[in-house]
Amino acid sequence: MWPVDAHGPRTYAEFEAFVAGAAGRLLHVAVLLTAEPEAEPAAARRLLAGALARTYAQWRRVRRDDPYDHTRQELCAAFARTGWRHHGGTGPLAPLGPVERLVLVLRVYEGVAEEVTAAQLGLPVERVRALCTRAVAAVRSQEAA
Amino acid sequence: MSPPDRKEDQVRRLLEGPRPVVPAGLAASAAARGDRLLRRRRTLRRVGWALLAAAAVAFAVWASLTRPWEVPPSGVSPPLEGW
Repeated sequence: MWPVDAHGPRTYAEFEAFVAGAAGRLLHVAVLLTAEPEAEPAAARRLLAGALARTYAQWRRVRRDDPYDHTRQELCAAFARTGWRHHGGTGPLAPLGPVERLVLVLRVYEGVAEEVTAAQLGLPVERVRALCTRAVAAVRSQEAA
Repeated sequence: MSPPDRKEDQVRRLLEGPRPVVPAGLAASAAARGDRLLRRRRTLRRVGWALLAAAAVAFAVWASLTRPWEVPPSGVSPPLEGW
């Protein structure tokens, strides 16, 4: 239920439908980034809640293009701001640094184009390519061990 | 664009894993928080515009009272000639 909605009930219904469809995948992205245990991913939930709130605040503009894209971008930006807090962990990306995790998740798991990833992270395309190769190698060697 | 990579596919399968459980009421709490955010932004914007309008009015009043574009009356009279 929404307390005195600034948008109106129809917006809330649209937003609720979007969250019902996308929250699972977005939370998985957040958990991969924070490398937390799946049972109690507190930081990932916090990141997702903040990203969804900012998406809702701009819903009128966001719904015209892609709410999923927008929320993922907010999520990644929030993780990039606080990434230094999340080193270590238990997930498959635990040995990687924050930027490597971002590049790997966006490029490999989400399938975002190299150029778009580079633009969103504010890095040159060559750097994204190098980071991705290094991250893939690190994750594979850790799996092999 | 690079062709589909065997190593990347392997890592992708690794990342696929089980989905974590989405907490109940996520949409409602996010919407409530988004509303607060929106309201705060709106208030800030309104305060900003109000300040701007007040400044414009104050400037107009000051300008119409002091008329800074007018040359102040000269204290020196022109030389008296040809009488």
